[in-house]
Amino acid sequence: MAVSKKIVLRFPRRLVQRPIIYRLVKDYDLEFNILKASITPEEEGLLVLELKGNRQEYDKGIDFLIKTGVKIQSLSQDVTHNADRCTNCGACITICPTGAFTLEPRTRYVKFDNEKCIACGLCITGCPPRAMEVHF
Amino acid sequence: MVIPKMRKGYFQPVAGQFNMPRQQELVKDKKSMSKSIAEINEKIRQGKAVVVTAEEIIDIVRNKGVPKAAREVDVVTTGTFGTMCSSGAYFNIGHARPRIKLGGGRAYLNDVPAYTGFAAVDLFIGANALPDDDPRNRVHPGEFNYGGGHVIEELVAGKDIRLAATAYGTDCYPRKKLETWINIKDLNQAVLFNIRNAYQNYNVAVNLSDKTIYTYMGILKPRLGNANYCSAGQLSPLLNDPYYKTIGVGSRLFLGGGIGYVAWQGTQHNPSVPRTDKGVPKGGAGTLAVIGDLKQMSPRWLVGASMLGYGCSITVGIGVPIPILSEEILQYTTVTDEDILAPVVDYSAAYPQRQPDILGEVSYAALKSGKIKVKGKDVPTASLSSYPRAVEIATILKEWIQSGKFLLSEPVEPLPGAESGVTFKPLNERPIEF
Repeated sequence: MAVSKKIVLRFPRRLVQRPIIYRLVKDYDLEFNILKASITPEEEGLLVLELKGNRQEYDKGIDFLIKTGVKIQSLSQDVTHNADRCTNCGACITICPTGAFTLEPRTRYVKFDNEKCIACGLCITGCPPRAMEVHF
Repeated sequence: MVIPKMRKGYFQPVAGQFNMPRQQELVKDKKSMSKSIAEINEKIRQGKAVVVTAEEIIDIVRNKGVPKAAREVDVVTTGTFGTMCSSGAYFNIGHARPRIKLGGGRAYLNDVPAYTGFAAVDLFIGANALPDDDPRNRVHPGEFNYGGGHVIEELVAGKDIRLAATAYGTDCYPRKKLETWINIKDLNQAVLFNIRNAYQNYNVAVNLSDKTIYTYMGILKPRLGNANYCSAGQLSPLLNDPYYKTIGVGSRLFLGGGIGYVAWQGTQHNPSVPRTDKGVPKGGAGTLAVIGDLKQMSPRWLVGASMLGYGCSITVGIGVPIPILSEEILQYTTVTDEDILAPVVDYSAAYPQRQPDILGEVSYAALKSGKIKVKGKDVPTASLSSYPRAVEIATILKEWIQSGKFLLSEPVEPLPGAESGVTFKPLNERPIEF
């Protein structure tokens, strides 16, 4: 069975020099799509990936990452919609490149679908009351 | 929902006391139904007033017809919750010992500069004010995370605000420096005073250029990537009273979660714009200056806003009740999103260069459908004002009136109307020669 997930990977300093994603392809036949990548001086490496493949191989690949020392988190935990801060104006609707925001047709409440979110961050500063939060 | 207190007998309209030519003529003209504000207030006091929102009235009139609905309905409530830049608050902090004269000095609230051109301890803070060290658009687009609108929101929320002030010192006000926490509960007066709110209709903003632009109408993507609008449409106060027949100076209203009043026509009030057959302005027209006790208000209805690449502002909740004095006034409140047209304006060139060109007119029904057609292209739309919150405001105001605690006020002076000759003039620049 195939599986496809968006995950956030954190690489400690000691791993930054090692080819790790390569092993996911070579050893576990996983397909990846890089959504975001950054290395901060004196800090860790950060990679947001969409990872696809056979369920068993996917799980093995994740185990490999964990054993190597990479920290893994699912992406949806990282971009959050603060409903208390949101005024439901809807300014985010056309800002988001993946259509993660929709309006509930009857009430016009804003809905955020974090499955569609690629953590690009455009909504963070695009939201006038700053109701979207990103935590990497 | 807590209903703000009104002083008993505070506003008892007395017939004939005020010079209200337009309203009197109007009532006389009506051969059919006519009611007075005093009669409606009597029904409100008895808990018998029939109050509906500007959304609900549409179907009521569709089902019952105008004459029947006009007899039955006493008040229609409106609402809008949008970013309104010309907003601010003034307050009196009380005198320090020894005394300090902030007038003519400098004062900062959480590092945001406040206006000190008044007497010793009166301050005014505008929603767009920014800390001196805010990088603004030095790196474009600037984020504008904290400004005057945010100070007002935090003040209303009851948070302590850091006041830092310097003064030049006088014999009677010797002190030159003051640093202290202040809190709204300790202020002598704290008043929201917005000089332009509740725009009657507004532009739809698009971008014809090849790069993203950052405007007070939000982020506009290149080559007609999106279209942003900001009016509440059929719920918007002045679109339900297009000729200002009931809303005037002194009209009591919902302001920021408390009770406020129309203080004056708003700045840029422009009643002389082209209108549809039903009287609806086809672009930005009338505006309101509003005032109210900040201490009654709530941060739910006064929200600091950050417009990327543009600046700081505040989102303000306003709802105005419209007394159904005649069938004509009722008819105006039945305005629907289909009836309201807004001009589509290019904010990459036409707007900044103050060119009059528009790219067409679209209805709010089309805007709310999620896409409009501009120059033959389907353009996705987004709103900058919250329709759900506008509905909530109209509903809260309805409940206040139904519960007998919010009485309508008789305007003491009408707003300049469509035939007043009042227009919105551009600046006539006259070079200064040396």
